[in-house]
Amino acid sequence: MNIGLLETGSGHWNALIWFIAVLIIGAGVIYLRNEGEEKYKKGTNQTKPFLSGNPEISKEDSHVGASHIYWGFTEALKNYYEPLVKMHTGSINDYSGWIILIMAIIFIIVGVS
Amino acid sequence: MNGILMHAPALVIALPLLAAFVTPILGRFNYKKISWFVSAVFGVTLLLTLLMAGQILTNGTIVYVFGGGEAGLALPSGYTFPIRIIFQIDAMGIFMALITAVISFLAAVYSISYMEDYSGVDKYYTLLLLLATSMFGMELTGDIFNFFVFFEISSISSVALISFRSTFNGEPAEAAIKYMVISSISALMVLFAIGLFYGQYGTLNMAAIASFMQFTKLDKMALILFLTMLAMKSGAVPMHMWTPDAYSEAPSAITVVLVATSQASLYALFRIIFSLYNVTLNTVTVGWILIILGVLSMFIGVTMAVIQKDIKRLMAYHSISQTGYMLLGVGVGLAVLANPAALASYGIKAMEGGIFHIINNALYKGLLFLTAGALFYRTGTRDLNKMGGLAHNMSYTTLFYIIGAAAIAGIPPFNGFASKLIIYESVYQFNPLLAIIAMLVSILTLASFVKIFHSAFLGPQLEQYKSVQEVPKSMVFAMAVLSIIIIFFGLFPNLIVKYIVHPAVMALINQSHYTSTILGGM
Amino acid sequence: MIGNFPFVAVIMLIALGMYSLMFKKNLIKIAIGLTLLEGGVNLFLITLGYRKGGVAPIYTMAPEGVKMVLPTPQALCLTSIVIGVATTALVLSIAMILYKQYGTIETDEIRRLRG
Repeated sequence: MNIGLLETGSGHWNALIWFIAVLIIGAGVIYLRNEGEEKYKKGTNQTKPFLSGNPEISKEDSHVGASHIYWGFTEALKNYYEPLVKMHTGSINDYSGWIILIMAIIFIIVGVS
Repeated sequence: MNGILMHAPALVIALPLLAAFVTPILGRFNYKKISWFVSAVFGVTLLLTLLMAGQILTNGTIVYVFGGGEAGLALPSGYTFPIRIIFQIDAMGIFMALITAVISFLAAVYSISYMEDYSGVDKYYTLLLLLATSMFGMELTGDIFNFFVFFEISSISSVALISFRSTFNGEPAEAAIKYMVISSISALMVLFAIGLFYGQYGTLNMAAIASFMQFTKLDKMALILFLTMLAMKSGAVPMHMWTPDAYSEAPSAITVVLVATSQASLYALFRIIFSLYNVTLNTVTVGWILIILGVLSMFIGVTMAVIQKDIKRLMAYHSISQTGYMLLGVGVGLAVLANPAALASYGIKAMEGGIFHIINNALYKGLLFLTAGALFYRTGTRDLNKMGGLAHNMSYTTLFYIIGAAAIAGIPPFNGFASKLIIYESVYQFNPLLAIIAMLVSILTLASFVKIFHSAFLGPQLEQYKSVQEVPKSMVFAMAVLSIIIIFFGLFPNLIVKYIVHPAVMALINQSHYTSTILGGM
Repeated sequence: MIGNFPFVAVIMLIALGMYSLMFKKNLIKIAIGLTLLEGGVNLFLITLGYRKGGVAPIYTMAPEGVKMVLPTPQALCLTSIVIGVATTALVLSIAMILYKQYGTIETDEIRRLRG
């Protein structure tokens, strides 16, 4: 059973075994789903999304645009992002400046060691 | 047949180079058919590379001497080093050449439909062929000045390709001039470092330089120049700012080739550190420099990617972050190079992970840029805010995007998972913190690709994209081939690691083998 | 001592080139900076190839008993000059396109791509 067995230094990985495992677990999940839920009734309020009691907006309006995705993430890491975005000035002079700065730093590190 | 096999190293360079200058002439007669011609040329080149790969992986390093004669030929008499231009192709070189051949072939096939409506396509193909030639040259050569020449050809042709669409608006020209300025700096500094080698040892042959290497002050200086400049060309933070500009503004087929170009620079960096210097340098210091550059690239690359709104800019920041994984893996290998016990227990594995990640990155990053190109081809925009619901119309593109995104995020059973797993486990034995950062970066990678998936493919069908159709067949073909290779690599990573990656790593580590193939008879 | 003067000139040319790349805002001046950098590197290569009393390696009618120099650095330098011309031409032509599209060649105004 050496087909697809990858040595990773301190362990093994086999995509085919993983695949078989996914098939078995997936079959189990589908079986459980097909068993059904007794309390479920079609056509009642149970099937509707709950939006804190507000009426549901249409599908077209509820699509979240790209700029709004991960808003909380960027807001929480504001102190990290602001200087980072400011660093990417887009000016050629800064690009060459960074190269020369890094060259100087590596020069010092390698020169001292 | 035997003759073709014997001269394959020269033909791989000569064929695209010749075709580059035949293409505009053919374009005078039959403008529509040149795209097929170029694809055929790349197909033949791919076959030649595969032939060469088969030969190298069974019989060992190929040495091809231009102008004939022995590799060790030393004229005028009394010299102790070879003077001919030599192509020395070992397992690492052919590994990179395979990537270049596959990627440039698929880029050409993709361009058949993608570039159909543009004018000046003959010049586009000329430049694409030149770019591929220069990459092959950088990867196969055993002569360091030859390397510089191909390095310059690659920057000049890629600059011209980046600015290809600049007649519509200024941004491609802006990206091109930024790339031009910094790649000129890097090429000139590389030439300066080559001059330092020549001044000390009087030779330009890499194997000869490696055998003379003393690690004097001047060698240290040359190492610093090579390290900074080639790391910059491969897009390591904080010298990465040109990457998102250039990658996002180039036509999509070209962006894919640019990814391969920056990996050729990365290859040159590894080649110079491992084959020229090897243990003469302070491996721990230089190894840690690579590791720190790698960790910075991974982390800053991915966090900048999360906040992007332009689909290709987002992916470009990811290629910075993926370069970080390679630098991390190989850096760990370099840091323990002088310590045989640690090298055997995890150093070689870490390097296998880093090198395996190069080919994986070329494949899935190529696929993702091609899907971004497909979206641009149909919607005419790269702004994620203006896209939405495209999965309704472009089902193949959606499928390929899912495969690419899962592969880059390291979701089993795709190929990204295999190489990342090797990197995590071996780096964990070196320093647990580094492995934890690498896993965190992988999570953020998944997050930003979910962002693209949500905003471009999911959601209700938008009014302006009602009539959008699936992309033409040649584009689907290129993406499908990449997807199939990705799935194959994901299911059978052990075959790839055993037959391609492990010999490549050994070729890097084993310096005496590299020098003795050329200088053995002396 | 005096033999080292060319190397001092090399360092000065490279430093001047780096300075103009880092601090000059005009694209034409940046192109000049690149040319200075290239000139410095070429001077370095040529200086490496200089041998006192050596003659050019032309065998026809060569004088007897004189040493010939190995022409590799000159060949390198020639290649580098040719490549440098191509680079400069490309930078200047892109600067021209930028002037048409943006109406300026100041680098702090040519930065629509950032962040």
